[in-house]
Amino acid sequence: MSSVKPNASTAVLEHDQVADNATGYVAKFSIKESPMLRIKKFLHTYPVAAPSIVLLLAIFGFSLLIGGRFLHPFNLSLILQQVTIIGVIGVAQTLIILTAGIDLSVGAIMVLCSVVMGRMAVDLGLDAWIALALGISVGALAGFINGLLITRLKIPPFIATLGSWNVFFALNLWYSKSETIRSQDISSIAPLLHWTGETINFFGARLTYGSLLMLGLFFLIWYALNWTAWGRHVYATGDDPDAARLAGIQTNRILMSVYVLAGVVCAIGAWVLIGRIGSVSPQAGYTANLDSITAVVIGGCSLFGGRGSIYGTLIGALVVGVFRNGLALAGVDVLWQEFTVGILIISAVGVDQWIRRGTV
Amino acid sequence: MSVDYKQTPVLKASGLVKRYGSVTAIDHADFELFPGEILAVIGDNGAGKSSLIKALSGALVPDEGEIWLEGNKVAFNTPMEARELGIETVYQNLAVSPALNIADNLYLGREIRKPGFLGQYLRMLDKKAMEHNAKAKMTELGLLTIQNMSQAVESLSGGQRQGVAVARSALFGSKVVIMDEPTAALGVKESRRVLNLIKEVRDRGLPIVLISHNMPHVFEVADRIHIHRLGKCAGIVTPQSHSMSDAVAIMTGAMEIEAA
Repeated sequence: MSSVKPNASTAVLEHDQVADNATGYVAKFSIKESPMLRIKKFLHTYPVAAPSIVLLLAIFGFSLLIGGRFLHPFNLSLILQQVTIIGVIGVAQTLIILTAGIDLSVGAIMVLCSVVMGRMAVDLGLDAWIALALGISVGALAGFINGLLITRLKIPPFIATLGSWNVFFALNLWYSKSETIRSQDISSIAPLLHWTGETINFFGARLTYGSLLMLGLFFLIWYALNWTAWGRHVYATGDDPDAARLAGIQTNRILMSVYVLAGVVCAIGAWVLIGRIGSVSPQAGYTANLDSITAVVIGGCSLFGGRGSIYGTLIGALVVGVFRNGLALAGVDVLWQEFTVGILIISAVGVDQWIRRGTV
Repeated sequence: MSVDYKQTPVLKASGLVKRYGSVTAIDHADFELFPGEILAVIGDNGAGKSSLIKALSGALVPDEGEIWLEGNKVAFNTPMEARELGIETVYQNLAVSPALNIADNLYLGREIRKPGFLGQYLRMLDKKAMEHNAKAKMTELGLLTIQNMSQAVESLSGGQRQGVAVARSALFGSKVVIMDEPTAALGVKESRRVLNLIKEVRDRGLPIVLISHNMPHVFEVADRIHIHRLGKCAGIVTPQSHSMSDAVAIMTGAMEIEAA
């Protein structure tokens, strides 16, 4: 029943070889390299360029407006101190946003960890190093729980961390009994917890160890993201999780590692927080959740994941810090600081969308 | 291209079965791939060809049956296990990370670390070596039009992206390369480039399993054609022995042939 007929259609088989002589264009675009397009391409290749320019312009503008008082090393180091907590939490938030996630619980993890550190050292009288280690473990555990919710239960990061934010904040109120641990008690019993607030003088600038710790953390995570396979996998997971999985990356494991690391970074933020405000308060650092997202977004990270860099976040945090400080020195009402930050966020995302359109 | 069909197959499967509830996706299917050939796998939608390919690439664990690689019995539980044994897969949906550069994409999941202290303890990547090897491989495959290995993949055309995926499989696939609809997302001219690339890889000695819906492409590059129907092999033909309409007839059940 099979009819095997010799087939003479070799000419047909290679029917589309005629395309070999085609010009190679399916659709041709005649775009003149307008200056706008060049700017766009430049910003697309260097996403940190835009926030850096804004930062330089802001510094320049405020020094014209306010003069020497703004540019004084003391004031500049003050700005650095003011952005230290947001910078540290921003590191955690950047890692998560690079994986196309978002973490609304970072601030709550930080406060919870600071309460654990404070109570372990002051109330239970544990060695300060052990209290610190326990606080960091709590941070890691909190990150681990977020990671489980996202990778195992497949809850979207926004919702998972919205939930855990409330849970961690409630646990923090419960464990602290809503009481503040006084600064004097910490100084006398566990001075180690205040180390991050100690300052060193550097040509009139007063740098805290906390700020140096933040800069060290930025360097460490920059190295991990850019010079290790893990970092490439974090970008790949955020960029296109399916492609990453097909390339053999265990994306769930990468996500878990990112959330746990973010938790640990938040716990380091807790140490910095204690040094900065002196006491341990269950109500402190409440705004860190959204402020960290602000820093990351202004720093040029894409909320869709896979694009952005860690030092962008440092610049983003500095932009916010410079505007707040400059406006305060200029005697502008606090509400206009909030207003400015809002405008900055919207402009940053607007620029990001503009860059994205038509360059890819 | 002369292929010796008496030698041991590189990849062989016999009696594979995979059931999903009441549906039998693979029904005692047999499969043979010989060294140095391009074997096309065709079949109507739902014939079970992608299940078969998934079983061969480790993405699916068959309920029954055996798989031999170069005469040795193997069993894969994950795609990674298949890759470690030298079976690489190229996917139709351009499985590359757009924001990463070419070198990063080629080595994604298999990065090279620097020798010595930097690599061992600081886990530092050897970006130079990766870029150098990437460039060498791309040149070898005639993809030299892409000059800059640190260029983001999103700046490449669809064909060039698929070229990166094929280069990756040729770089790491030591035994078999499986290509699942590599031209499905591409234009006419880009498809041609990828087909030439496929032949190039075969001529370098790597046997290829090509899954495609595009009959002209299949008849142009394949040495043998495995026709899948109702979960098993309905016959094996060659572009010389049968016409495209014969193949379609066998594929749809309008014609039957004795098992080759």
